[in-house]
Amino acid sequence: MAQLTYRASVSLAIAQSMRKDQKVFFIGEDVGAAGGVFKATVGLLEEFGKERVMDAPISEQAILGAAMGAAMTGLRPIAEIMFSDFLAVCWDIVANQIAKTRYMSDGQINIPLVIRTANGGGSKFGAQHSQSLENWSMMIPGLKVVAPSCPSDVLGLMDSAVKDPDPVIFYEHKSLYAFKEEIEQTDLSIPIGEANTLHEGKDITIIGLALMAQRAKDAALILKDKHDINAKVIDLRSLVPLDLHTIKKSVIETGHVMTVEENPRLCGWGAEISSLISEHCFKNLKGPVTRVTTPHVPLPSADILEDNTIPSVELIVNEVIKKLKGE
Amino acid sequence: MVDKLNDDIGEEKRLQLWEMMLKLRLVEKKAYDLFLQNLIKGTSHLALGQEAIAGAFGVALKKGDYTFCTYRGHAHTLARGSSIEGVLGELMGRQCGLMKGKGGSMHLTDVDKGVMGSYAIIGAHLTIANGTALASKYNKTNEVSVCFFGDGTTNIGAFHEALNMAKIWNLPIVFVCENNLYMEYTPIHEVTAVEHPAADRAGAYDLDKIIVDGNDADEMLRTAEKAISKAREGKGPSLIEAKTYRHSGHSRADPGKYRPDEEVKDWMENKDPIKNYRSKLLDFNINEKIISEIEEKIKDQVEKATEISMASPIPEIKEIYTDVWANGGSEWHN
Repeated sequence: MAQLTYRASVSLAIAQSMRKDQKVFFIGEDVGAAGGVFKATVGLLEEFGKERVMDAPISEQAILGAAMGAAMTGLRPIAEIMFSDFLAVCWDIVANQIAKTRYMSDGQINIPLVIRTANGGGSKFGAQHSQSLENWSMMIPGLKVVAPSCPSDVLGLMDSAVKDPDPVIFYEHKSLYAFKEEIEQTDLSIPIGEANTLHEGKDITIIGLALMAQRAKDAALILKDKHDINAKVIDLRSLVPLDLHTIKKSVIETGHVMTVEENPRLCGWGAEISSLISEHCFKNLKGPVTRVTTPHVPLPSADILEDNTIPSVELIVNEVIKKLKGE
Repeated sequence: MVDKLNDDIGEEKRLQLWEMMLKLRLVEKKAYDLFLQNLIKGTSHLALGQEAIAGAFGVALKKGDYTFCTYRGHAHTLARGSSIEGVLGELMGRQCGLMKGKGGSMHLTDVDKGVMGSYAIIGAHLTIANGTALASKYNKTNEVSVCFFGDGTTNIGAFHEALNMAKIWNLPIVFVCENNLYMEYTPIHEVTAVEHPAADRAGAYDLDKIIVDGNDADEMLRTAEKAISKAREGKGPSLIEAKTYRHSGHSRADPGKYRPDEEVKDWMENKDPIKNYRSKLLDFNINEKIISEIEEKIKDQVEKATEISMASPIPEIKEIYTDVWANGGSEWHN
């Protein structure tokens, strides 16, 4: 039994995939000699050498283009985009090329690649280095969207993402890099598309992703201890494919649903899930689905501003009480 | 005058090139006819007048090599050996099409022939072509990747990112700029800081400045073979600027009226790669009967392929939902 941080689990997950399959290589900016700006890829260059761990220029289009072309031949690249915000400068490669080529080619071309990127707020980096962009990729047909909330999920989901024959965007949360977990076995594999229950309960279903899933779990502990409310917390783990089955099963039991999203409100992933719930579980609902989100603003930088923009544990607790007790 | 004694190309390869260029020309003409009959919908970007470039590379490349082209890619696809009915069928949205109607004119793909796709967003495919070249290097195989693009591409960021990466990693790739003098509707020189949009940028990436008459099929073949050999021998990337001219407008919607009549006339009458190559074949004492027989053969092939395409069924509606994912489907939740 060893304690592993989310940060260390990233480099371990990549290393485990590279040890298993010679077709896997890793490319990104400052990922090799520097070990990554978040120190999440330390040791990879030393173990695998320059041929498999490639330090690239600041050329996000060229990085993802090279990864895509290599994947088209059957290699399995892992490409890093340092901050998810930088996906905007290579969005053509992501949304037009990587996502659509399999379909347009009538299935002649598979693109088995993983795009890892540091996502989300909490670091006071301001509006261009803190965004939660999982909903951007969710709306493009042809992309799988994964966002682990803990070290074991990083290990298990990375294993599946690298083996997946389709392109996967792997959103690592910056505020979770220091998150620790006791892990017995590191060679894990978790299928993409299976949600995880972080807290059991039958009063309300709270649906979260990445950091928001952990905050929802913390909120559930407080709700149970202090307010006698038993919340079921579902960590989606992936938006595409989505584990609608697990959501439906819980909603039928609780009748109350809340999504907790870090993305700004408009077209956040919770809107799609809310729509699915009303479509599939309308008769089971005891009230409208509540969406707790970052408001529809760019993320501000100062402590007090950022802290009050992204949904906090306290906000989740208060919103649940308001919803269930009308307080 | 031709130097028959020092002929480095030879009759066999010349006839191969002649057949190739004719095929590209006649299929494009047929595509235009089918448009006029409304049998081809959507848009289309013809490469009429530019056949020597795709043709030369088609002759010079080997099986297993990778090519990437743009939305003006019918010719480049055919040049790798894709079937005429595969191309025309795709343009017509038929099941016999290369992608059974899923991609259309701008996305022709035929992986078995090394045609790794036609790309309709300017610049992207230069970066992707680096990826197949990187794979060849990683796997220590000796395939070459070739990426065709237009003069307009030289002003987008991806062009510069791709050239830099190809150079620093010494990738086995040939970048081919087909400079047809117009970026869509605008003369390229009006929107470019340098005279030669690709070649004048080569030095910035420590590449040789290579400019070739893209309508001289023999010169084009020599240039292609040299760059391909260099890549195959592990000596790194090349950037070729081939001067050419398109006989028609940018796309189906464009009659090309922004070009001076005299200029169009000069290129059509005096610099047509196919007309000129026919004369050259005769100069090399190649029997006119052989040349004409090839013409008849290709005409016949195009007609037959057109019939096959027209007889091919349209796609089934259920195809909308196939092949988003590698499992063949499009489901995104359980």
